[in-house]
Amino acid sequence: MNLSVDGRQAFAYTAAHTLDPAKPTVVFAHGAGLDHSWFGLQSRYFGYHGRNALALDFPGHGRSAGPALATIQEMADWVMRLLDAAKLDKASVAGHSMGALVALECAARHAQRVERIALLGVAYPMKVSDAFRDAAKENRQEAYDMETIWGHAPQVPLGGNPNPGMWMHGDTLARLARLAPGVLYNDLKACHEYAGGEAAAAKVKCPVLFVLGRRDQMTPAKGGVAFAKTVAGAQVVQLAPSGHSLMAESPDAVLDALIGFLRA
Amino acid sequence: MAAPKYPGFDTLALHAGQSPDATTGARAVPIYATTSYVFRDSEHAASLFNMERAGHVYSRISNPTVAVLEERMAALEGGVGAIATASGQAALHLAVATLMDAGSHIVASNSLYGGSHNLLGYTLKRFGIDTTFVSPGTPENFRRAIRPETRLLFGETLGNPGLEVLDIPAVAQVAHEAGLPLLVDATFTTPYLMQPFAHGADLLYHSATKFLGGHGVAIGGVLVDSGRFDWEKSGKFPQLTAPYAGFHDMDFEEESGTRAFLLRARREGLRDFGACMAPMTAFHILQGIETLHVRMPRHVASTRKIVNFLQSNSAVAKVLYPELPEHPDHALAKKLLPKGCGAVFPFDLRDGREAGKRFIESLRVFSHLANVGDAKSLVIHPASTTHYRMTDADLAKAGIGPGTVRLSIGLEDAEDLIEDLARGLRAARK
Repeated sequence: MNLSVDGRQAFAYTAAHTLDPAKPTVVFAHGAGLDHSWFGLQSRYFGYHGRNALALDFPGHGRSAGPALATIQEMADWVMRLLDAAKLDKASVAGHSMGALVALECAARHAQRVERIALLGVAYPMKVSDAFRDAAKENRQEAYDMETIWGHAPQVPLGGNPNPGMWMHGDTLARLARLAPGVLYNDLKACHEYAGGEAAAAKVKCPVLFVLGRRDQMTPAKGGVAFAKTVAGAQVVQLAPSGHSLMAESPDAVLDALIGFLRA
Repeated sequence: MAAPKYPGFDTLALHAGQSPDATTGARAVPIYATTSYVFRDSEHAASLFNMERAGHVYSRISNPTVAVLEERMAALEGGVGAIATASGQAALHLAVATLMDAGSHIVASNSLYGGSHNLLGYTLKRFGIDTTFVSPGTPENFRRAIRPETRLLFGETLGNPGLEVLDIPAVAQVAHEAGLPLLVDATFTTPYLMQPFAHGADLLYHSATKFLGGHGVAIGGVLVDSGRFDWEKSGKFPQLTAPYAGFHDMDFEEESGTRAFLLRARREGLRDFGACMAPMTAFHILQGIETLHVRMPRHVASTRKIVNFLQSNSAVAKVLYPELPEHPDHALAKKLLPKGCGAVFPFDLRDGREAGKRFIESLRVFSHLANVGDAKSLVIHPASTTHYRMTDADLAKAGIGPGTVRLSIGLEDAEDLIEDLARGLRAARK
């Protein structure tokens, strides 16, 4: 559905359902350079199973008007304004990578509105190499290749996609090809410069789930596990075969982890 | 930090889409000869049907063996995904049926495989889809034929019968300026010789029966999507960008973005038209693809030797092969097909139909049949077989002469092939 946030078009996929303020809500927040469809299967499930599913496109991504937001904190505040626009008071937030940092900030800055957070493919600090940021800054194809190759487990190009007939590398490259110049750099910079992780982790009071890929080359599981230890009561699920693109590489395992966590 | 790299073509040809079977350790692609798949429970079943979980439900829609072929072809072509079909013709039909309704219009090259020409020129017309055929040599011809109801531009990477090289970058530009996708039939070139998406094509398909399978044992097709065409921005494809009552009001573009075309093609096209590929067929074609990068250079190398031989033979009036300087698309071929122009080409005998018959009937190594792209060398003389009812004048309109012979060069010893052709040419002169 199209909403208006700050006077600009903001899109959120709702699994073809009308939002119902009486239902619990799950917001899905995508990672750098991506869009709502990155959570396609999972958001569709919750939309058809008694929740308001709100898989958003951050400004400048997918169907939401730009410009892209510069910091993780700005993105977290924007998510709250998106909930306002949708006339929803509270939500759980599931975020992937950059979206996971946003989910964390949502819980820290807006504790009264955030019921649970699920952090997928996350590490803190989320430093991005100079080479990657430089390539993205210059909108070089190399940056999209890095995002694609490091964004999946090493076996992905030689393995089978659980989604029949689809080629994960090709899909990621095609998504990135639709991105406006500068947006990937904006997102990578926001992740790289985000320094509020410890403070946010200390403030979080709601239940937290970490879902980590053991073959993640972008945010290695080791970093995610270490960060989870700084969040009181955090649950950790590690998916053995998965790289950074957990929702595509292990869609059912991610969904099962989210179902268990959000139903609890 | 070193830049990461993708696996090379040869590696993808052998591995993309399949890891060793998790249950048995089988290294080769298992043939999943099953129609259907057991659900874990009712909720799992409902989730699979409603596309909330990935997986297989019924082999008309997807099958694990077929999915390996689909993913491998998407990897080799640089697409987002693929759908394997019962034949190359089924792939073309699936593309058209996914993109348009009655009242729509296609602009197609007139240098097409006869089966495609029949589908577009006659059969689809019965269902309200009209096609304007244009000479592909001038990309502006495509632009001039576009109407408000046009939904697709279409051509072959190497046309039929004259091996016209489609100027994909120029035709793609025409298509995109009109908010339309370009579909190409890439059968004659395979992804080894050319990857059309890199030149701007949006969709492509293969008759996998030919070089992909490579051994003349299975009929199949595969339709691949680049994922690069923005259906929403085009505004001409409500089939993909508006809620569809035939699939629970799904808006395919909103649902899946880059995968919208394949989602509808699979969930509607395979479901309703049902022209799916059997797992055994997928296995046969995968066996061929695993050696595509070894076979294609040999096909091309032998073709070059035979083209040279034929050019120097006095019984031959003309050889049409884009690597020859006299071919109208020679310069374009050098640009788009630097690894070679395939292994199927026509040549004209100086004498007419009777010479053609004598030529064909004298061959011992070449097989006289109606196919191309086999490991075995093949030959056909259209004027005495596929087009035997036509007068010389009608043949000329189809770009075929009474002495035109089409060869498909296989993997036999090239010297044996030349010896065989020399025997045929001696007979043709008698």
